Amino acid sequence: MALTRAQVEGIAHLARLELDPAELPQYEQSLSRIVDFIGELERASTAGVAPMAHPLPGLAQRLRADEVTERDEHDLYQRNAPAVASGLYLVPKVIE
Amino acid sequence: MSTPLGTSVSADAGRRQGDAWETVIGLEIHAQLATRSKIFSGAATAYGAPPNTQACLVDLGYPGVLPVLNAEAVRMAVRFGLAIGAQIARQSVFARKNYFYPDLPKGYQISQYELPIVAGGTLEIVLEDGSRKRIGVTRAHLEEDAGKSLHEGLAGLTGIDLNRAGTPLLEIVSEPQMRSAREAVAYMKKVHTLVRYLEICDGNMQEGSFRCDANVSVRPAGSEKLGTRTEIKNVNSFRYVEKAIQYEVARQIELIESGGKVIQETRLFDPDRGETRSMRSKEEANDYRYFPDPDLLPLELEAAYIEAVRAELPELPDAKAARFSAQYGLSDYDAGVLTASRELADYYEAVTRTVPGQSKLAANWVMGELAAVLHKDGLEIGAGKLPAERLAGLLARIADGTISGKIAKEVFEVMWASGASADEVIASKGLQQITDTGAIERAIEEVMAHHPAQLAEFRAGKDKLFGFFVGQVMKATQGKANPAQLNALLKKKLPG
Repeated sequence: MALTRAQVEGIAHLARLELDPAELPQYEQSLSRIVDFIGELERASTAGVAPMAHPLPGLAQRLRADEVTERDEHDLYQRNAPAVASGLYLVPKVIE
Repeated sequence: MSTPLGTSVSADAGRRQGDAWETVIGLEIHAQLATRSKIFSGAATAYGAPPNTQACLVDLGYPGVLPVLNAEAVRMAVRFGLAIGAQIARQSVFARKNYFYPDLPKGYQISQYELPIVAGGTLEIVLEDGSRKRIGVTRAHLEEDAGKSLHEGLAGLTGIDLNRAGTPLLEIVSEPQMRSAREAVAYMKKVHTLVRYLEICDGNMQEGSFRCDANVSVRPAGSEKLGTRTEIKNVNSFRYVEKAIQYEVARQIELIESGGKVIQETRLFDPDRGETRSMRSKEEANDYRYFPDPDLLPLELEAAYIEAVRAELPELPDAKAARFSAQYGLSDYDAGVLTASRELADYYEAVTRTVPGQSKLAANWVMGELAAVLHKDGLEIGAGKLPAERLAGLLARIADGTISGKIAKEVFEVMWASGASADEVIASKGLQQITDTGAIERAIEEVMAHHPAQLAEFRAGKDKLFGFFVGQVMKATQGKANPAQLNALLKKKLPG
C-alpha cells in the first residue's frame, strides 16, 4: 500500500517533524515499504489468537506503594532547560 | 422563538425551549485521586508547592525512565467502581494518548482506552420534582494529569509548572442521559459527594481537584438521532457548569433556528462574560493515535483483591440517607441534606447519640442555626468550632425544659462566639426558664395591675388582647417564663 504525499506530510505534522520537501519522495517510498511489511501480518491466520496488549505473556503490571520517594531537584533538572524563570520552564507562547 | 444570548439566559431557559428542543448532556468528570505520590512516580502531589519542586525525571519525560503504577491509585479506582455497581476489569490496559503540548513533556498522556479499569455503573439523582433518575456511568479510567501553563507577566512566553503532571486522575464518563443543566449539576454533585465519602478525592474545586467537561447537544423533541455536540472544557464549579450548559443550549438552538449548523468543537466557558467561546487552538481535528503503552504491562486484579476492597467500603450516601429516614424519622429531604457529606452526617449522629430521642430537634438545629453560622463564617463542619457534644448539651436543655427554643437561640450565639458550654451560658446569664408556677403567677398579677384598661377590654370580649398579656409577661420575665405554663395560667387568671 503506497502512502500519498499528503499522508506523509500529515504524519510528519502529527510528530512535529519538519521535513525538507526534497526529502518527501524518499519518505513516501520508505514509509510505504514499512507499512507493506506490517501489512504482511494481515495475511497470517489469527483465528483463535487472543488480542495482546503486550508482548510479554503471563506477566502483569507490578505496583509500587504510595510513598513519596523523590526529592526536589529542580535546580539540577532546570540546568538542561533553555529558559527558566521563577522556577518555571519557559516555552514559546501557547495559544489560548 | 429566539432566545437572548449572554448572561441574560434565564435559569429555566432549557425547560422553556424544551417544548421544541431536547437537550442532551454527558459529563466527563476528572477527579484527582488523593494519593501522596504520583500515579507513575514517587514525586509528591501536595497542592501549592513552589513550581517544579514536585516534578521528578519520570514526570519530566526524561529518556530512559520507566513509569511504575501506584497501588493506591488502583485501589481508589476500584473503590469508586464498586460504589457505583460497575464491573471492575480483571485486566485493564494503559495506553498512550498522543498530543504535543508543553504541559505534558513526554508528548503523550498515559491513559486507558480500550480496556478501562471500571465499566458500566449507575448513579441515581433526585430531580426537582422529587422523582429519581438513574444516570449511567459508561466507564471510569485511570490517567495522569498534565502540568499547568501560566501566561501572566512572562512577556510573550508561557511558563510551565509540572508539579501537577503525573497526579493520578480518575476520569468518570457518563452516558449522554442528562436532559437539562440542572440534571447535569445534580449528577456532578452526586459524584462529588461520593468521591468524598470514599475518601478518594478531596473534592476541592478551587484547586482543580474535581472538574468537568460537558458534552452538550440539542435535537428536535421526539427525535432519536443525536445532534452535533460541542464539548465545554474544564469547568470547575457547579454554578459555572449550570451557566455554561444553559448558555450553550441557548446558543445552539438559536444557531439552528436561524438556519446555521452546530460545529463539533471544543469551547471554553468565560465566567466573567457568562459565555462559551470556541477554542481556536483545537480547531484541527484531534488525532490522538492511542496505542498500548509498551512501558506498562496489563494491570491484572484478582477476584480476592476486588472483594477485599469491597469489604472496606464505607456506608454510601444513598444507604446512609435511607437509614437516617428510617432510624431517625426524618423526611427524605432532611435525610438528604444531613448526608450530603460524611462529616455532616457523623456530626448529626454524634449529636443524636448524646441527646437520644431528639433526632428531629437535632436535625432542625444542625440544618438551621448551625448551618447558618457555618455559612456566615465560611467554615466547614469538620473545622470543629462547635463540637457535637456542645450542641447536644444545648438541645438537652431545650428538651428538659430549662430554656425555651427562643432563649436557646440566644444561648447558641454566645456559645458560638465564646466556646462556652450551654450550661455555662445559661448559668452566667441567668437564662433558666421560669417553671415555678408561683413566680409566673406573680408576674401575671403585676402585669394585670399595670394594664387595667387592657384587662377591662379583654374581659369585655376583646380576645385578641390575650397575646398582649403573653408578650407583657414574657417581657417582664426576660422571655424566661415557660410558654406552656404561662398560657395555661393566663387562661385561668385573665377572665377574673
